[in-house]
Amino acid sequence: MSALSRRNVLFGGAAVGAGALLTACTSNDPGTSAQVKTNESGDANAAPGQKVVIGFSAPAADHGWIAAITNNAKAQAAAYSDVELKSVAAGNDAAAQRAAVATLISQKPTVIVMLPHDGKELDAAGLEAMKAGIPVINLDRAFPSRAAYRLQIKGDNFGMGLAAGAYIGEQLKSKGISNPIIGEIPGIDSLELTQERSQGFNTALATYGFKVANRRPAEFTADSGQAAATALLQALPKMDAVWNHDDDQGIGVLAAIKQANRSDFFMVGGAGSKAAIDLIKADSSVLKATVTYSPSMASSAVSLARLIGQGKGMNDLVELQVPKEITLSSETITKENADRYAALGF
Amino acid sequence: MTAEAVRARQRRWNLDDNAVRNLGLVGVLVVLVVIGVVTRPELYADPTWVRNNVLTILQQASAIGVVTVGMTFVIVGGGIDLSVGAIIALAGVWSTTLATQSYGALGMIFTALVVGLAVGVVNGVLISYGRLVPFIATLAMLVSARGLAAQISGKQTQVSTNDTINNLATTRPLGIPLLVWLLAVVVAAGWVLLNRTTFGRRTVAVGGNPEAARLAGINVKRHTLMLYALMGLCCGLAAIMLTSQATSAQAAMANLYELDAIAAAIIGGTLLSGGRGTIVGALFGVLVFSTITNLFAINNLSTEVQNMVKGGIIVAAVLIQQFRYRSLTQLLKR
Repeated sequence: MSALSRRNVLFGGAAVGAGALLTACTSNDPGTSAQVKTNESGDANAAPGQKVVIGFSAPAADHGWIAAITNNAKAQAAAYSDVELKSVAAGNDAAAQRAAVATLISQKPTVIVMLPHDGKELDAAGLEAMKAGIPVINLDRAFPSRAAYRLQIKGDNFGMGLAAGAYIGEQLKSKGISNPIIGEIPGIDSLELTQERSQGFNTALATYGFKVANRRPAEFTADSGQAAATALLQALPKMDAVWNHDDDQGIGVLAAIKQANRSDFFMVGGAGSKAAIDLIKADSSVLKATVTYSPSMASSAVSLARLIGQGKGMNDLVELQVPKEITLSSETITKENADRYAALGF
Repeated sequence: MTAEAVRARQRRWNLDDNAVRNLGLVGVLVVLVVIGVVTRPELYADPTWVRNNVLTILQQASAIGVVTVGMTFVIVGGGIDLSVGAIIALAGVWSTTLATQSYGALGMIFTALVVGLAVGVVNGVLISYGRLVPFIATLAMLVSARGLAAQISGKQTQVSTNDTINNLATTRPLGIPLLVWLLAVVVAAGWVLLNRTTFGRRTVAVGGNPEAARLAGINVKRHTLMLYALMGLCCGLAAIMLTSQATSAQAAMANLYELDAIAAAIIGGTLLSGGRGTIVGALFGVLVFSTITNLFAINNLSTEVQNMVKGGIIVAAVLIQQFRYRSLTQLLKR
């Protein structure tokens, strides 16, 4: 009996000790830097004006990009002395976000900035807010009804594929490769955004007379990227170029390339993460370029929400009000311009 | 052919049921390879590529293989664990926080193993002493462990900057990837544990008939707890393997690993109701899936079709099991 209890004490002690040690190991502050527009040029729009309350709703982040969206919105709002950001957690699905937006409307903010779980499912919520006299800024995932938003600001998925295809096409043409083998690693294949990206990619490649030789979808996670890339590399023992849709899953794709000890091709990324931009700048891997789909749109959405709330327009435009739709251009980041984009990485 | 004739033939060749089933899976593997050779002869003409391909299939099967060994024990012991993917994510994320990484590779490995073990123990306590149905207890763990992983990681992808960990996936002692060696060790240890120790015999007894096992003097509750703890430990090991392969961890990693592991165990001949199963069969189950993925990749076929084929194989495997266990004549009578 005494032996047993001693054993129990030892095990118990070890468990408590390990527990204490591990709880200390959850600290995690990578010090994320947000993409904020600071205006020191004496622009008339920058001067503090009428106070604007911005209601903000975005899905719970499960991916670096969404996390950056929320960070950016908060940081941009903090940069203005006349803006107050009321952020409501949108929960895990469209129904939860509808409820959250309803609460938000009842609080009567000046403007609402919303990244919906799904544009179609939150369309009604946008209409309701507009009916209540609150201008809605529809971020990235588009509402089908044009009455559901005052401003729509979004990225260009088709343009992303187009930019990646154009870069790959140009590079291969300048190298004089006439019949190149091109691989593609998309994200979750059932999503509309993935299909648009692939369409853009194929369209651009077709203008050079090229096509994708093999396509292995991943799931926007690094471990799925590793698995997809390993399969792709095995299927194409010789390859000239590959486009990976997402820099987050690209961590796994690059790991797989290193594990397979391959360097016979170049790679283009997607989204424009800080790590990818740094790697392109260092020019130390197969990653030579990335095409942006930048979460900086959240910062811009907050800036424009402020202007809409104050009834101001964009200074460089003739119109007195902010336009209704803005689609960001997908830009190609290479070694040459990486310095300029370094601040926009997320 | 009647069941008696089948059995007579088995006696002649000195084969038991498990060996027959494993041979069947080897047959499936051979068929898959033959399809590969026929459809892409130019690839299979290069011996270096073939060797690389075999090692790649094995390496991609390594993490899920380790999980499947644990899963086989849990299922043979009459349980099920739906939380394995979530445990891997939690162990992976916990072991790649900046704080953990500051303790070096050993700190990261220790953390992953202890987190996996601890979550497994919680599962085991809930199921054996809290009397929760394994399905419910581990379903709850699936949700909450991924939640905690997302909380810890701040929903970001945590990159491992530890070269020792990252190099685990590139090291190749004797020309074979270290991860494949790890899988081999786990499979061998699992085989010995299940077939050559009291622990293994008790697992079969507990899964086959818990009441009889209790009357025979086995501490069923404690044994069940140990099975889930073992499963957790396997997940911790798999978390390190996956982290080194992806050089990072995140809350969404190891997505749907629970289904892959359960499916591999089932087609390997493990009875979902418990009491019977083999480690070697489970390994073949994992290899069949890994080979299918490879076959579809080299032929540039869509992953949708691949998932349909996987589903078909699972159904076929279970149907064959039923044929073997309710003899053919009985089926014909109905």
